Amino acid sequence: MTDFPASGDRLAHYVRREPFDAYDGEKADPALERYYMATQWRLMWWKLKRHKLAFWSGVFLIALYLSILVSEMIAPYSLGSRHTEFIYAPPQRVHLWHEGRFVGPFVYGLDYSLDMDTLKRNYAPNPDKVQPIRFLCRGEGYDWLGLVPGNVHLMCPAEGGTLFLLGTDRLGRDMFSRLSYGTRISLTIGLIGVTLKFVLGIVLGGLAGYYGGWVDMTIQRLIEIIRSFPELPLWMALSAALPVSWSPLYIYFGITLILGLIGWTGLGRAVRSKLLSLREEDFCTAANLMGAKPKRIIFRHLIPSFMSHLIASATLAIPTMILGETALSFLGLGLRPPITSWGVLLTEAQNINVVALYPWLLLPVVPVIATVLAFNFLGDGLRDAADPYK
Amino acid sequence: MFSYIVRRLLVMVPTLLAISAIVFTIIQLPPGDYLSTMIAELQAQGETANLERIEFLRQQYGLDRTPVEQYFHWLFGLLHGDLGWSFEYNLPVAHVIGDRLVLSFLVAFTTVIFTYVVAFPIGIYSATHQYSWGDYGLTLLGFLGLATPSFLLALVMLYLANIWFGTSIGGLMDAEFIDKPMSGAKFLSVLEHLWIPVIVIGTSGTAAMIRRLRANLLDELQKQYVVTARAKGLPPHRALLKYPLRMSLNPFISDIGDLLPHLISGAAIVSVVMSLPTNGPMLLAALRSQDMYLAGSFLMIEAILIVVGVFLSDLALAALDPRIRLHGGATK
Repeated sequence: MTDFPASGDRLAHYVRREPFDAYDGEKADPALERYYMATQWRLMWWKLKRHKLAFWSGVFLIALYLSILVSEMIAPYSLGSRHTEFIYAPPQRVHLWHEGRFVGPFVYGLDYSLDMDTLKRNYAPNPDKVQPIRFLCRGEGYDWLGLVPGNVHLMCPAEGGTLFLLGTDRLGRDMFSRLSYGTRISLTIGLIGVTLKFVLGIVLGGLAGYYGGWVDMTIQRLIEIIRSFPELPLWMALSAALPVSWSPLYIYFGITLILGLIGWTGLGRAVRSKLLSLREEDFCTAANLMGAKPKRIIFRHLIPSFMSHLIASATLAIPTMILGETALSFLGLGLRPPITSWGVLLTEAQNINVVALYPWLLLPVVPVIATVLAFNFLGDGLRDAADPYK
Repeated sequence: MFSYIVRRLLVMVPTLLAISAIVFTIIQLPPGDYLSTMIAELQAQGETANLERIEFLRQQYGLDRTPVEQYFHWLFGLLHGDLGWSFEYNLPVAHVIGDRLVLSFLVAFTTVIFTYVVAFPIGIYSATHQYSWGDYGLTLLGFLGLATPSFLLALVMLYLANIWFGTSIGGLMDAEFIDKPMSGAKFLSVLEHLWIPVIVIGTSGTAAMIRRLRANLLDELQKQYVVTARAKGLPPHRALLKYPLRMSLNPFISDIGDLLPHLISGAAIVSVVMSLPTNGPMLLAALRSQDMYLAGSFLMIEAILIVVGVFLSDLALAALDPRIRLHGGATK
């Protein structure tokens, strides 16, 4: 269409060589065709990608979950290593420039002094002690995932120096390292608990929704009874009942079990009501008329059509578990050391003195809030995306 | 309406029975009982336990009977208003928890009011000004409220109040009123202290309520009848208040069923941090020392509070919404 002839002249001669196709005009353009042919999951993915906040929350969460695979490497120190000469040391700031000269990331060493009036430990950064951070270095040994011994860390303190990015606690343990280990426990407790919730919710909600009648009545009453309890006191009572003689690992699974056993009711209700409404849909009747058995109808037709909704609700349910574990551990009824979660770390910050004197002990709450927010955003985005044609 | 109430009341009976059975099972779960813990403690201190007295106590409290017998004994007691005996305090449970219950009710009730008063205008504003800066800001604030563990909020509030007002705001009243009978001055002191726990406990519930109200109101506002009302020239505030708002009010009332357990949970942990003289700290202590009747009574009373609260909210909902009244059905 570039060169039109001058007005009055003939148009250039044009013959189209392709064979004639009568339906040419009705063909959808490829983009539209892709859209119509796309599977439900693909549609969800496209829609989720457009929801920027949910998308980046998802990326953040995936990164966080990947990081728990290598918690040992991210942490500069091991979980329990104590630095008795640096008790309640404040976070060390990372600097790049020393007296106008570029050194790369480094921290100033800490000078310790004791305030003889208040007996408060004071730490002052000493500008003469430049301690460059080493990266991908060999440091304290560990057993990766409790199996493979190793000693490579993402970053280590300088030789003879210290690296307390988030300060230390009352035993002189590095908070950043402990936080890194705590992430593993806090995140998995949410995931395992939600899996349990999911299974219970689908099975019991599915039974209620598909069979109806007395099964439905019984399960509905059960849900109602469980929901009549305030969650936290019930959790408290149940975790107080866990035997004291159990090892911390058993307690970990016990707590997860408790959180999951009480929390499935919301999902159960969602499954039930979805099943009830989907059962009446045309495609279900059609499958019935074509002689499909209930098993095939449930697994082939019903469950796939509300799976996306379920995943969205499960995503929204994970933060409850994380917050629940945090609250229980904070009260001293949840996980016990040496198993370290965000809640266990927060037990150090139980009174107002800590907030006033050692505010960095409150820092474990930052990942709690960030994770809960991210799960909420992602869950909201997934819920919107689960309705692809809306 | 009358038959609806009767039916609802009848459903409550088996629910409450089941709850009592569950509560009893839970408080029985830990191995041993308070007396065996006590004996062990006495022996650890090198004292000989007075076996006769222990045996007497065991009989007195029925600890020597089978769990099923104990359960029915406890249940009968409950029906007669006898909550059992607190081993820890050596007093009837009712005496121990009386004051605390009143204060717990006060905190819970005030928090519900707070939630409504705050969530209502903010929810309407957010829905009518969707995607404005105000809406974004409030939504973000709401998300933060949902995500912050309440005990932490309590700690920070305590600290800030200490810095700003120079007073300790822990507890529910000034120290001089503790263990004094209720008086005008004491009541004022309670009111003075009440607002911080109410804000701390109410925050996450309020945030959830705002989000729900906003979503519901947005759904309503997009419906045809609102467009029609506007097209016919109804003033904007009437087109908002007359129908859409009334429709989206349902969650305010029906959500009491979700809100109450939430509040009581929140109150339990916040009151431990802020050392409020409410249920939370005492329940925690009772659970730890296996003071089973005390712990059981708390759990039972909290559950009853919720069941009754849900019942009342169902009644209010039925009064408000004829569809529920006529179909007599469940609300969810």
